[in-house]
Amino acid sequence: METELDYELHPELNTALSEDEKELLSQIPELTELGEGRRKFLGQVFASGLGVFALQLLAQEEILASMKASEDAVFALEALEENLVAVKLKINGLEKTLNLDSRVSLLDALRERLALTGTKKGCDQGQCGACTVIVNGRRVLSCLTLTATCEGKEITTVEGLARGEELHPMQAAFIKHDGFQCGYCTPGQLCSAVALLQEAKNGEASHATVSFQTNARNLKLSDEEIRERMSGNICRCGAYPGIVAAIQEVHKGKETAQTWRFVSNEEIAALNLEEKTDEIV
Amino acid sequence: MKSFKYVRPAEVLNAIQTVSSNPTAKFLAGGTNLIDLMKEYVERPSELVDITRLNLTQIKSANGGVSIGALAKNTETANHPLVRQNYPLLTQAILAGASAQLRNMATNGGNLMQRTRCQYFYDIAMPCNKREPGTGCSALEGINRIHAIFGYSDKCVATYPGDMANALYALDAMVRIKGINGQERLIPVKEFHRLPGETPEKDNNLQHGELITSIELPKSNFAEKSYYLKIRDRASYAFALVAVAVGLETSGSNIKQSRIVLGGVAHKPWRSIEAENVLNGKPVTEETFRLASEIAMKESKPLRHNAYKVELGKRAIVLALQRAISNRAA
Repeated sequence: METELDYELHPELNTALSEDEKELLSQIPELTELGEGRRKFLGQVFASGLGVFALQLLAQEEILASMKASEDAVFALEALEENLVAVKLKINGLEKTLNLDSRVSLLDALRERLALTGTKKGCDQGQCGACTVIVNGRRVLSCLTLTATCEGKEITTVEGLARGEELHPMQAAFIKHDGFQCGYCTPGQLCSAVALLQEAKNGEASHATVSFQTNARNLKLSDEEIRERMSGNICRCGAYPGIVAAIQEVHKGKETAQTWRFVSNEEIAALNLEEKTDEIV
Repeated sequence: MKSFKYVRPAEVLNAIQTVSSNPTAKFLAGGTNLIDLMKEYVERPSELVDITRLNLTQIKSANGGVSIGALAKNTETANHPLVRQNYPLLTQAILAGASAQLRNMATNGGNLMQRTRCQYFYDIAMPCNKREPGTGCSALEGINRIHAIFGYSDKCVATYPGDMANALYALDAMVRIKGINGQERLIPVKEFHRLPGETPEKDNNLQHGELITSIELPKSNFAEKSYYLKIRDRASYAFALVAVAVGLETSGSNIKQSRIVLGGVAHKPWRSIEAENVLNGKPVTEETFRLASEIAMKESKPLRHNAYKVELGKRAIVLALQRAISNRAA
């Protein structure tokens, strides 16, 4: 059942296993004991780039689950997980039920239990914003949110922003305006930026809002306002100018010129010529 | 994180009784500070009582002022029309704190309950009287750049890190508390937090099991002229090195009534009545402001690394007063 649930959250996964993946999976004897459906799922997870570590975690969980019948196994499970809490929540439009230790943060539940690894763990202590997700329409930090508190809530992660193949306008704008370099903070930046648009529509003030005593809706945000409102999302690469430009474009709803472009073949050729000239000199 | 039992009672009294009956239980509201401290093993509750769904979220007019629910989120509170119009100082102070994400999570009651950001308090490898009474204070002779310049003891030099409480103090707010059996009491914000003295492990005067249910704001005459100025290491998303909440009521060109409350300088929001007395009855001039700022910082006793807070505090007070008079929001 769990396999099927996880599948729903990952429609992008290809169901076919490559020969290499089959070979790899057959080298893990414990897994060959398990059902074909689970193997397929693990293979797909593996293929999708989750990596060996997650595979091990999933395998461990599977083994424990298969041992559940014996008393020893129950004991082993309890030793690993304490104070189990059942939580039903809606993630990217799909209802999920999780049984987890009361300590599990929403961030860890998303990444380790639901394989939604788009949401990133940066500082894990509420200081960087990489783990930002949208809960009931509000951006929050998933690292400081206990999953147990999310009963009945609607969660949108970066995986839930696009509509199928069609990117969310904010995602498209981030690409257009070069709003990232390494990309690690980007899922958090995107969720934060999407929620920010709604906050501006609601007329919510920030520390940079000049006339905050009035309750005007549909605020027009200056660049300074966007910087202040995005201050909870740190970008170590310093892609801030691109991030502000991207948000500003979506916020204004008017296309703005891209301030960068790829170098043309002619320019590369010219560059090579210049370099050669340098060598001669 | 230490393992804990998670419960979510439906009624206020039930929640209070649950915490009261377990000395190591804690209320969980926004969790922005508590969960962080639990990850660091600074807080190790055996039971968390989730109160976020209790019916304590209203913000409404009451007794000529405004009552704000303890479990209303910081974002809702700062943006509520009643708060924006009547207590802009509170809106500014809340919006000066943390980030949009954290303000969406943090509650008003939890904001009052947040613990110090002293790095030695957070580091369980270091002695700290607040964390482990009797072990000593690492900050006293350590790196104490962000620490107190007023009201500290040799047991603790930590500061209260919040912004909201500084504004609440300047606005003469009261904290409404419910105890076991449902009896209520009101504590003025000025008496809610404590100085460290011999018992720095106690941040405030709340008893175990007591729950903040609302914060009561009396009618204020500072709505026209107030300002919250926060000075920090970066432009946003950082704790205050020095913060100043000022409120002024003027009559003609003279100051009728004033409030000056400093943040980031003591174990609690630090009001300077002496400085207010310099302002009251005097004309609105930069000279008056400067004199008040000198008086406000006169009794400060900086530690090895935070003498800068004295001059910074003076300048911040003058600037905050100037902005309050010109009603400039930024």
